[in-house]
Amino acid sequence: MNAGSGIGPSGAARPRLAPHVRLSFDARRARWVVIAPERLLLPDETAVEVLRRCNGDASLDDITADLARAFDADRDEIARDVGALLRDLGDKGIIVA
Amino acid sequence: MSTIAPPPLALQAEITHRCPMRCVYCSNPLALEPRSRELDTAEWCRVLDQAATLGCLQVHFSGGEPTARSDLAQLVAHASAAGLYTNLITSGVMLDEATLATLATAGLEHAQISFQDVEVTTGDRIGGLKGAHARKLGVARMVVEAGLALTVNAVVHRHNADRVAEMIELAVALRASRIEVAHVQYYGWGLKNRASLMPTRAQLEHASAVVEAARERLRGRLVIDYVIPDYWARLPKACMGGWGQRFILIDPAGRALPCHAATTIPGMIFDNVRDRPLDEIWARGAAFERFRGTAWMPEPCTSCERQEIDWGGCRCQALALTGDAAATDPVCWKSPQHRAVRALAQAEAMAPGDRFVYRGAPQKAPV
Ligand code: SF4
Ligand code: SF4
Repeated sequence: MNAGSGIGPSGAARPRLAPHVRLSFDARRARWVVIAPERLLLPDETAVEVLRRCNGDASLDDITADLARAFDADRDEIARDVGALLRDLGDKGIIVA
Repeated sequence: MSTIAPPPLALQAEITHRCPMRCVYCSNPLALEPRSRELDTAEWCRVLDQAATLGCLQVHFSGGEPTARSDLAQLVAHASAAGLYTNLITSGVMLDEATLATLATAGLEHAQISFQDVEVTTGDRIGGLKGAHARKLGVARMVVEAGLALTVNAVVHRHNADRVAEMIELAVALRASRIEVAHVQYYGWGLKNRASLMPTRAQLEHASAVVEAARERLRGRLVIDYVIPDYWARLPKACMGGWGQRFILIDPAGRALPCHAATTIPGMIFDNVRDRPLDEIWARGAAFERFRGTAWMPEPCTSCERQEIDWGGCRCQALALTGDAAATDPVCWKSPQHRAVRALAQAEAMAPGDRFVYRGAPQKAPV
């Protein structure tokens, strides 16, 4: 059930939601929410874009490339932001790799 | 005087007050609801549907001991079907593999099991049930085997505060994804036993340092949530995330409460889900309106920049410590009673009061 040693910097890691963590659209509040054991996160739009791509198949590199394409943004910058976000979500037990 | 209520995030379903344990810090009220007054299965199912429609995303099945109700799996299944994320808050002592399998199939996501200590003797004495600690260890393993997320809830006070490191190790060994290291909160039976539970300042500082170090070391492996004892704090907690802001609690007899201890406040009128739909209770119920928002606040809260951060702290604590539920929580350093609270914590932590009052029928303490 544990994430092992958290998300490392490796671009080959394939991040996914931890077991029993859900990303779902809350129609009543018209926003995405992350629901975990006794906890709730309200991710901002950037985090939602990242979280939706964390499906356990896509590698961190794939996710970065995809986001850079979708938002026409600098790849290195995206890589840094995504890395930091995933580390934080890893610490919170939301994402595992 | 009322401000618009955002929809609640979670429903705390206290489905029974019955419990085989007698934890000396139990937050249940001193007057426990008997089985005969409990909501039945159909009534709970209706409440769960109403909670989901109202905007609740999670339900916490708690008590008392929620597994003392034979319809728990039915309620879990109903809640999941309604789209609610389901948590079980349990002592674990009544669970076995078969029940856990049924609950998992019904859609249960997560179980939180409370531990009174890492040491059998103190653990069983604090929990008031012989053999409880050993059972809990077994059941925690079964929870993980059943594929559910496990939280270890380690309740800390002066008799075990020096073993927080071992409690965290226990959570790792049990393969929990999360541990809540929670100092006792002084409500219900905890308030009654406060003088026998209060940790010293030095114990608190030691425990906090242990938690900090463990968080660093177990980063990415174990989530550690930490609740400090209010009386030693300088700023109050945002009790329940703000009165009537996030949580709705239904007691076994169907009363809708803004928090566990709200029934201790004199002059409160509580709606019952038997008489009124949940959305109406939440939006316009007298109990929820009474301390919702900031309009009710006295000074120093009125002119404080934290008023929508901690919402003036805990109403029940203000009542217990100042006699006035509408006072600033005296845990706050700005409260005129703050120093008296600090002095009380100091005095009780140093006093040798180690006698406990146990819930349930008058009995002698085990051991
Ligand atoms: S705190 Fe202890 S006695 Fe109270 S309901 Fe929980 S397990 Fe039972
Ligand atoms: S004065 Fe009131 S609002 Fe300000 S920190 Fe203290 S309790 Fe919170």
